[in-house]
Amino acid sequence: MITLQHYLLLSAALFSLGIFGVLTRKNAVNVLMGIELILNSANINLIAFSRYSSHGLDGQMFAVFVIVVAAAEVAVALAIVLTMYRLLKTVSLDQADTLRR
Amino acid sequence: MSFFDVMFCIVALVTVGSAAIVVLSRSLIYSAFSLLFTFFGVAIIYVFLGADFLAATQVLIYVGGILILLLFGVMLTHRLYNLNLKTETFQLIPGMLIALAVFTSLALSATQTRWKLVTQKPAEPTTEAIGKLFMGEYLLPFEIASILLLVALIGAAMLVRRRSDA
Repeated sequence: MITLQHYLLLSAALFSLGIFGVLTRKNAVNVLMGIELILNSANINLIAFSRYSSHGLDGQMFAVFVIVVAAAEVAVALAIVLTMYRLLKTVSLDQADTLRR
Repeated sequence: MSFFDVMFCIVALVTVGSAAIVVLSRSLIYSAFSLLFTFFGVAIIYVFLGADFLAATQVLIYVGGILILLLFGVMLTHRLYNLNLKTETFQLIPGMLIALAVFTSLALSATQTRWKLVTQKPAEPTTEAIGKLFMGEYLLPFEIASILLLVALIGAAMLVRRRSDA
């Protein structure tokens, strides 16, 4: 029998994989992929709680807004990455340290 | 185990496995394409949870929009003759420790908490109810979201504009 815990465990696995990607990847686009994994796991949690609680569709509405924010985030983030590539000729996060030098 | 349980296990395995490829693969193209399977798996999980509108939205926006944008990002930030789009990794051990700690704490809190559950209602179509909520209770967040999208559109266009004509 699949219960709420199974969904929560699945989303915990996705979340920690996303954290791992964000922490270990050097490529900025790959870090963005990790962030997308994290947002997806949050959405699974919201919808699972919405399904297993008595609050109707509130969780699903939150998930819609999370998707909207994710779309806006990825558009602006890619614009920043492209600008960074044009200025520095790299998307590696440990080489983009002009401010520090 | 019922048929539904088996289906859930298969979908969960595919989702988590392709997510693992996303964060572990050396090749950016492999990462991007296994992200496709992750997004589809999450959409199927939404169907299991009775969220039909969100499953369709997930496929449309994540697969059709965000993934394409990420692929653009991969392709535009490498020279085209450089076909081995590799990515490097760093601080592997601390990252693994932090990810494991996060997973352990989340899994413990998910399994140890006594969730106050209600008896499950049969899944119904949600699109009409979501539309009514958008036009009623959630009207202000809905309008703010549209402004946010407009700002993101203008901001992204501003950022990647050629500086020579400014």
